[in-house]
Amino acid sequence: MARLLPKRDAVIIGLGWTGSILAQQLTEAGLNVVAIERGPWRDTATDFNIAYMQDELRYAIRKELFLKPSVEAMTMRNNISQAAMPMRDYGSFLPGDGVGGAGVHWNGKTWRFWSSDFSIRSHLVQRYGAAKLKGLQLQDWGVTWNEIEHSFDQFEYLCGISGKAGNLKGQVQPGGNPFESPRTREYPNPPIKTGYAPTLFADKVRELGYHPFPQPSANLSQAYVNPLGVRMGQCTYCGFCERFACGNYSKASAQTTILPVLMKKPNFELRTECEVLKVNLTPDGKMARSVTYIDAKGVEYEQPGDIVVICAYALMNVRLMLLSQIGTQYDPVTGKGAVGRNYCYQTGSGARMFFEGKHFNPFIGAGSMGQTMDDFNGDAFDHGSLDFLGGGGISCDPSNGRPISYRPTAPGSPRWGAGWKKATIEGYNSSMGFSAQGSSYPVRENFLDLDPTYTDRYGRPLLRITFDFPDNDIRMSHFMSDQLERIAKPFGAKVTTVSRVRKGWNAVPYQSTHNTGGAIMGSDPGTSAVNKYLQSWDVPNVFVVGASAFAHNAGMNPTGTVGALAYWAAEAITSKYIKSPGKLVPA
Amino acid sequence: MRQVLLAVAFAVVSSPACAASVDAGRYQSVLGDCEGCHGKNLAGGVELMTPFGKLVAPNITSDKQTGIGNYTAENFRRAMKDGVGPGGKRLYPAMPYPAYAKMSDADIADLWAYFKTVKPVRHAVDVNQLRFPFNLRFMMRGWNMLFFRPALYAADKAKSAAWNRGAYIATGPAHCGTCHTPKGFFGADKGLALSGASLQGWFAPDLTGDPTTGLGGWSAAEVAEYLKTGRNAHSIASGPMGEVIEHSTSRMNGADLRSLAVYLKDLPASPGNGGGASGVEAQMKSGAGIYRMNCAACHSLDGRGDNILFPPLAGNALVRQTSAETLARVVLAGSKAVATRETPTGPGMPSFAWKLNDAQVANLLTYIRNHWGNRAPAVSADAVKKIRTSLRSASH
Repeated sequence: MARLLPKRDAVIIGLGWTGSILAQQLTEAGLNVVAIERGPWRDTATDFNIAYMQDELRYAIRKELFLKPSVEAMTMRNNISQAAMPMRDYGSFLPGDGVGGAGVHWNGKTWRFWSSDFSIRSHLVQRYGAAKLKGLQLQDWGVTWNEIEHSFDQFEYLCGISGKAGNLKGQVQPGGNPFESPRTREYPNPPIKTGYAPTLFADKVRELGYHPFPQPSANLSQAYVNPLGVRMGQCTYCGFCERFACGNYSKASAQTTILPVLMKKPNFELRTECEVLKVNLTPDGKMARSVTYIDAKGVEYEQPGDIVVICAYALMNVRLMLLSQIGTQYDPVTGKGAVGRNYCYQTGSGARMFFEGKHFNPFIGAGSMGQTMDDFNGDAFDHGSLDFLGGGGISCDPSNGRPISYRPTAPGSPRWGAGWKKATIEGYNSSMGFSAQGSSYPVRENFLDLDPTYTDRYGRPLLRITFDFPDNDIRMSHFMSDQLERIAKPFGAKVTTVSRVRKGWNAVPYQSTHNTGGAIMGSDPGTSAVNKYLQSWDVPNVFVVGASAFAHNAGMNPTGTVGALAYWAAEAITSKYIKSPGKLVPA
Repeated sequence: MRQVLLAVAFAVVSSPACAASVDAGRYQSVLGDCEGCHGKNLAGGVELMTPFGKLVAPNITSDKQTGIGNYTAENFRRAMKDGVGPGGKRLYPAMPYPAYAKMSDADIADLWAYFKTVKPVRHAVDVNQLRFPFNLRFMMRGWNMLFFRPALYAADKAKSAAWNRGAYIATGPAHCGTCHTPKGFFGADKGLALSGASLQGWFAPDLTGDPTTGLGGWSAAEVAEYLKTGRNAHSIASGPMGEVIEHSTSRMNGADLRSLAVYLKDLPASPGNGGGASGVEAQMKSGAGIYRMNCAACHSLDGRGDNILFPPLAGNALVRQTSAETLARVVLAGSKAVATRETPTGPGMPSFAWKLNDAQVANLLTYIRNHWGNRAPAVSADAVKKIRTSLRSASH
């Protein structure tokens, strides 16, 4: 029997990026908030020690900061004709764990999805006609660019994003991304410095008539004080961003932007190493009344709350909704049901070039120290004569030259022994790469549900991922690979290799931790799990915040949009819901 | 949401009769940093490691059994100013009654008015854990005869009102000298007031006007900024001073902080640190390499740090103290800066004890104490070893 605890105004599940933003905004509004976090407490001074943070074996290979499959695993299959098997180790993607979540070990690329993403269906139907979207389950997100732009701005100023505006209130700005949607003001900090490879890339693609610009970066170009008074340092280009926490306060995370203020608030409490088992609903299933969690000693508690905000990783948000029977499970056969719908991923390909006489010094790196061109992203280019929709950002963004993993060798090099060693020495400094981060568009067959066979340590069904790269995305990605080949030519490399996506998603090699959808936002309760304010259509005192709300995935990293959605949902709760609890959008 | 509104309503209606005196007394407790030793709820329990053994700060809430709920106003005044509790029980001067003796009776009365409103907490504390014979309280009678010269603060007519207010706070309630004034064999003040002293594994730095080791390089505004926010362009507070700032000085009003700064800036200079190291080329060379590898990313190659998060080492008086105790401690054990309302981040210095041996730490410290224009005595591996050993035993 769970021990019943005193009721709080709001219970937040998970204290990563979204949970921290929600907690900050809700406590500012005067609510009494408790956050329940499955993983451990982590802070820069105590856990991200600059003296040993650059330990590639510990953090990148043994993945110390990531979720362990023994805590929560998932099953996967490519299509419904297969039996899903559990992933024994996380490979293709690496969910975070503990306070700060995946925001601790991200690279810091902070994009805004475009106006045409939020209204993707309307936009594409208007431009190409409805027939062009056949086979794709593309949906508008229910929120428009003009409504949410200020939420992006809030997140960027919280983080001190370093970048160059490309479109200020409709005026295209030289040096920025001309394809971005209008922003109301410049980034809070100028772009970070860039290395030789991105500089060369930008020069070459500019000569081809494209529009390279510095990636918006949460690795800071200079010291910064954010609107909460929290201070950040300047990035040192150490090359240990992704998979690592930042030891010197220069990568935006919950720890470096919010927690110093949040943790001191008398109306906030954090409970770590406490795993939420489910959200408990009232007998009629129409309201959430509490969450049940189990602490590190195995003691079970029931925490009542007026509002429950689910802020775990995108995939766990969906699983928790399903375990708690919030909303209806999506059925890929009938297309009915909303929870689990429109699961998307990312469709990447890359080019690598080997030169003679060039020295790229890849050890100078940062998570977001690159140049990007969006000429082939989203709908920045005409798809009228093409056999696909979508696209990708093409970036040269060398994040690291770490000794264990960064061993590029030219094709045909020996795979082991002295020959391999020689090839890695040659390849290390004389090669560079660039890549296309392709969009992932929803199709009826890709979805999330609960596994019928495999369970976790508490006997709860695991999440089952049914996913393969849709034909549209394969065609899109091959088009992107063609562009990479074409762009690479003028570089004059000795050897160039370009990868191509194939059917049959494989969960083993790392690809991307950009899992999106499953609890998508929208304007129709039949096809979306949450409304435009990320409020559950079915249980209105539950909000589900994160990339789970993405109705599709664009050719960009998701965190900027995740942060904006968190501010957007927090604003809906504080300015609308607490004044008049109930459904914010009539169903 | 209803709970939130109720809480606000309650806060508004509760208003004791002698509110002004209680508020003034609460402020006196801020000036005196009572929470620093007696804990946030004043129920005691904070351990003080003295050269004579361990003292635990007692419960001073209004609880009748375990606190001071049975005190009279006169009991309280005598404890504060004479170091004598009810029944003639002698207090130890870890309770800074030699400084509190300077306080006016009016301030003490306000403080008592406030203490009477402090929520009683039942918490028995075993205060006296000193070694024999120091655990014999009657011995303090002799100590008082030798060292205790109780006197109310006497204003210096030649100085400004601000200076006098600052002097009153510094030497009275805020008891700065308890840590910053050198102590003799029996733990009494000895030597130039506020010229720096070692205690509890830290070196409380020189606060006199000396430009090398003292506050000579800080403006009065910078002194006040440091006391208010925990940082200024020269330094970031951590360790015991971080606690003082958190519980006490950050909550002082602007006029008092400015007065403290005026007084401190007027202190005559100490003799400094005796000059720079010489004949230490090998140490300097080794230290430069260690610095480049381990420290420069934050404190920067030119030693100027990042004035927002990472303190400069060049031109920093804390780096040039006569004793390198604090420096060695911070390198070995790490430290977390104080987080205040104005500067909430509280950046951390990581521990390097696992990575650098005694000689390496000594070389590194000798280097930072004698580079970028800094001048201070060299640090020996033996000195670092002692500090490492004491840190190890303190953590066990």
